[in-house]
Amino acid sequence: MAKSMPAIALKGLTKSFGTTKAVDNLNLEIGQGEFFSMLGPSGSGKTTVLRMIAGFEYPTSGTVALAGQDVTNLAPFDRDVNTVFQDYALFNHLSVFENIEYGLKVRKISKAERTERVNEALRTVRLADFGDRKPAQLSGGQRQRIALARAIVVKPKVLLLDEPLGALDLKLREQMQIELKQIQRELGITFIFVTHDQEEALTLSDRIAVFNNGRIEQLGTPQELYEKPASEFVAGFVGTSNIFSAEQAQVLFGKKTKVALRPEKIEVVTRGGNQARVIEVIYLGSFIRLILDVQGIQIKATVDSGVFHRDQTVQIKMNVTDLVAL
Amino acid sequence: MVNAVGKAEVERPSLAHRISTTLYSKPKLRLRLLLSAPVTWLGLVYIAALLALLVTAFFTVDSFTGEIKPGFSLQNFTDLFTNSLYSTVTLRTIGIALGVTIVDVLIALPIAFYMAKIASPRTRGILLISILMPLWASYLVKAYAWRSVLSNVGIAAWLLRPIGLDTPGYSLLGAGITLGYLWLPYVILPIYASLEKVPSNLLEASSDLGAKTFTTLRKVVFPLILPGIVAGSIFSFSLTLGDYITINIVGGASQMLGNLVYGNVGVANNLPMAAAIALVPVVIMFGYLTAVRKTGALDNL
Repeated sequence: MAKSMPAIALKGLTKSFGTTKAVDNLNLEIGQGEFFSMLGPSGSGKTTVLRMIAGFEYPTSGTVALAGQDVTNLAPFDRDVNTVFQDYALFNHLSVFENIEYGLKVRKISKAERTERVNEALRTVRLADFGDRKPAQLSGGQRQRIALARAIVVKPKVLLLDEPLGALDLKLREQMQIELKQIQRELGITFIFVTHDQEEALTLSDRIAVFNNGRIEQLGTPQELYEKPASEFVAGFVGTSNIFSAEQAQVLFGKKTKVALRPEKIEVVTRGGNQARVIEVIYLGSFIRLILDVQGIQIKATVDSGVFHRDQTVQIKMNVTDLVAL
Repeated sequence: MVNAVGKAEVERPSLAHRISTTLYSKPKLRLRLLLSAPVTWLGLVYIAALLALLVTAFFTVDSFTGEIKPGFSLQNFTDLFTNSLYSTVTLRTIGIALGVTIVDVLIALPIAFYMAKIASPRTRGILLISILMPLWASYLVKAYAWRSVLSNVGIAAWLLRPIGLDTPGYSLLGAGITLGYLWLPYVILPIYASLEKVPSNLLEASSDLGAKTFTTLRKVVFPLILPGIVAGSIFSFSLTLGDYITINIVGGASQMLGNLVYGNVGVANNLPMAAAIALVPVVIMFGYLTAVRKTGALDNL
């Protein structure tokens, strides 16, 4: 019974700022131990949802339940969730050790246990020897880990991460993504991860909710979102898509419905395809992106290798089975 | 052969241009020129005056002719330490300065917190102006305004008598209230400035980690705004230590150190004694700043 209880249940959650609805009648259940991402452009309401789960904002209407318990009106300090903030929000007047110790200290946990748990948390984030430093002496990536250690040391049921990797450079971000995933697996707690980076969401998540205008456009596994986007917004936001209007689809496929087609599903063939003119060749290392013109319609295609140049004519093959109706 | 470009090359640059070039290529000269005026001012007017004060304190006055006799005598300091009048007034002055400072900090904290963290930008602007506005009025006008408030037929008496209290009148308490009012803006502003620099997400992080409001204030907010509190307290403490007008206007017969200095400069015509007394607040302030420095609060003022 308790096992099947969702870690988080949001019912009819609405948040209005003045006349604008930042979050509009949201219903969502997040399972225990799940790595759940809320993906969307800025202003889509994902951070507001996170802040309502943490208790920093109170919903205009609707409820927030943690492990079956209604916490809608509880203050942040009475909720069993912890947050990793976008800009880390470390206490600069305290050392790294004291930062991580903070949550244990206010819970009046004994000195011996505090020391043990802080050191364990430091080991978990692979910064065992950094306890004596001040946050200002650390790099961005290290501060990120301290923020993570500070949140996990109090053993919350749910960890909320608000664009935690946004301030890191690409290399570090990729490394931290792997570590986050590993730490989540080790701890077995629910992670709710807010990001506007669709690649990050696809890499990390068990499930993703795509947000737009305060609503969930689509909820599903990374694969479902990528392969079967439910709307034009999702098709455009998650990965790269060619989106053809009904008229364009009529011309290309003889079907008068709006469709999406992933660039990598398009093949360049030697004969028997549609005649296409190369408008632009973009070399991206592991693959090449071609911007093509087919009967006046612009199409993005991705190929692994080959030599292409502008104004070249190629043959491309688009399978009707790869089309996703929107 | 002279074309437009060639002519421009031959033309000598203007004087201003040459000065600019010289200054640009000689940063040390630039720095010296920039600093010469303020350093001269500070050296002559400030340091030299302070040294003169220090030296004068060791002079004596011929009691017969009233002339200042240069020399080295510890008589003024012996008087200062043995005459009970001086120690009483010194302790009283420190007491008032401490009292005013503590009360001002206690009043300033919630106001500054409200302005920095709660008020809307509009309310914040209105509050800021209402705090700054009294600073535009003359100090004397404000002291006399309080004289009328505190008088036997003033607002304070009118408000307090119905509830069984009375106006503090012209007394040490009256002077303390007036001084507290006078220096409050100087205490609010640095605390407000330091509170504004405390990121709101630190408060959120603290409560997220389980700290109740009071714990957050004590463990996160207070350490971060301590420099601002210290800066504000330096203002109210040092301004009270040096005051002698307010106490004259609303203090009744009570005296503070400033009054003794004033008396010795004027009526008693004993400039060396006045210098010796004037060193007392200087020494107290020096001690206060040293103590504060040890807490590290001055590092990021």
